[in-house]
Amino acid sequence: MNDPLIIGGHTFQSRFILGSGKFSLEMTRAVIENGGVEMATLALRRANAGGKENILDYIPKGITLLPNTSGARTALEAVRIARLSRELGCGDFVKIEIIPDSKYLMPDNRETIQATEILSKEGFIVMPYMMPDLVAARALKDAGAAAIMPLGAPIGSNKGLLTKDFVKMIVEEIDLPVIVDAGIGRPSQACEAMELGVDAVMANTAVATAGDVALMAKAFKLAIEAGRMAYLSGPGRVLQDRGSASSPLTGFLQD
Amino acid sequence: MSENTKKKLWDGDPMSYASGMEIIESDIMDRVLNFVRECDMAQFTDRDVQAALSKDSLNVYDYAALLSPKAGSYLEAMARRSLYETRRHFGNTVDVFTPLYIANYCENQCIYCGFNCKNRIHRAKLTYEEIDKELCSIASTGLREILLLTGESRHMSDVSYIGEAIKIARKYFKAVGIEVYPLNSDEYAYLHQCGADFVSVYQETYDPQRYGTVHPAGSKRSFPYRFNAQERALIGGMRGVSFGALLGLGNFRSDALAAGLHAYFIQQKYPKAEISFSVPRLRPYVTTDSEEIILPDAAGIKESELLQVMMAYRIFLPFAGLTISARERSGFRDHVLGLVATKTSAGVSTAIGGHEDDPKGDEQFEVADGRSVDEVHHSLISLGLQPAYNDYVWVQS
Repeated sequence: MNDPLIIGGHTFQSRFILGSGKFSLEMTRAVIENGGVEMATLALRRANAGGKENILDYIPKGITLLPNTSGARTALEAVRIARLSRELGCGDFVKIEIIPDSKYLMPDNRETIQATEILSKEGFIVMPYMMPDLVAARALKDAGAAAIMPLGAPIGSNKGLLTKDFVKMIVEEIDLPVIVDAGIGRPSQACEAMELGVDAVMANTAVATAGDVALMAKAFKLAIEAGRMAYLSGPGRVLQDRGSASSPLTGFLQD
Repeated sequence: MSENTKKKLWDGDPMSYASGMEIIESDIMDRVLNFVRECDMAQFTDRDVQAALSKDSLNVYDYAALLSPKAGSYLEAMARRSLYETRRHFGNTVDVFTPLYIANYCENQCIYCGFNCKNRIHRAKLTYEEIDKELCSIASTGLREILLLTGESRHMSDVSYIGEAIKIARKYFKAVGIEVYPLNSDEYAYLHQCGADFVSVYQETYDPQRYGTVHPAGSKRSFPYRFNAQERALIGGMRGVSFGALLGLGNFRSDALAAGLHAYFIQQKYPKAEISFSVPRLRPYVTTDSEEIILPDAAGIKESELLQVMMAYRIFLPFAGLTISARERSGFRDHVLGLVATKTSAGVSTAIGGHEDDPKGDEQFEVADGRSVDEVHHSLISLGLQPAYNDYVWVQS
């Protein structure tokens, strides 16, 4: 099945984006291989160029790096981190993550739109992490975003697609890849998101907190593929609880 | 000693401010003290503890229940919940750092502390060249985060001295924190400009009366000035602030309750602030010649009680960092890392300039875990944990 995911002109066969930084670095290669991962995020704050336990040293060659701006609390801070990431040779992709809330780690959509505008003008392939809000997603598209990354549930909560209805609006209305990021706790939830028509899923905590992280990565890979196939095949009609009336409501018409 | 240090030390009302101390508008101290005053730890029941542990998100009463004597029977359940929260928020990552004591001159008479100005210990202050040499030596072990400490002497280690030390530290380290005497917000702003982003100030005890007794003289005697230090640091632009009580100095349950509430209210008022805790227990120290000091809980805090405090912090504020002190033995440290603690020191010396061959000044307290950076590293790996030497990026212009 040839069904590539295209972000900022780059083509990916895998729709599973891996978050790193919550499991042992030496597991990274096994997780990436088992998950069939082609793109992995990394927090630039964890980079330790030339030093011990540098996260960059553990991501295999050929994997597209998606550096994030973790630690940024404002648009300007995110812009600085993105530029630093480029200087460190992490490429042009950047996941904007602006979090002015240390408790729930909620993103600031307004600052994210500003940072997206600045960085896309500087030639970055900008993938903003956001609270799913259709109006903000439109603004992100106008600001030059290459994809939209709405959260499914609070970071690390493993609660699944709590924002389903709002993510669905973005999927239906915004002509950009939509990647659910944060909150996906189980492969079944990743599958559900893909069935909805989301283009890719990002997961970290769900894999990192598993007993066998490499095996869980594989489970996510298969679930994401299954969900994608289901979406492409066009799911059959599922009756809602309102069901179909046994006698037609429009039977009185005489055309 | 110079003229100034011979002057009479401040010994005013511990609930007042000495001259020159900035007073900010804040009701957090009153809220914390009122809550602690009215909270009777003995009244919590099994049901209260069970209810607290069954909640997704705990309120302040749930938190108090977890610190109560009753919760002492729920350590295993608290440990399971703590492990879940720690993994969820931090994965298996443990930050590694080391402290560097650059001066031990002190103008206070904290009766429990080895740096007490009445103690006849070897006083010293590193020159900038010595600081550079020490930091260079520490950086060669692979560490990228440093905590600079001084004794509490504005006169002998003034703000500009600390500022210069921070600038030197920024040459070798990505993250620089300070643990110095409390400052005014403009001074914190200056040190932030110099390159520091994290401030640790420990209240020692949150019981004002006890606080006055154990701090008979010196500017540290002002309880409210110390209490509001974190807030002034955040006003000064610092990213993160650390909280803690010196467990054993007062009633440890009330002190831990107050420290947790202090952090909770600060985070509510400053949602961007990174919050962390330290959990020092009293350690042996050099006593003063003239005074016989009675410390009721000293050395009386059991490991199980210390762990209860740590787990209560973790479950109440699961996003908060928690540093485990080198005062604790390695066997304890190894087990609480990953379970509840998220940060550890390595290669610790509390003597002045203790990282080179001959320390220049005496130590503040005895270190129970003197393992090197490499030893701590291998220990973390063997525990299935991931040491992180850098988890920070400086974003100021």
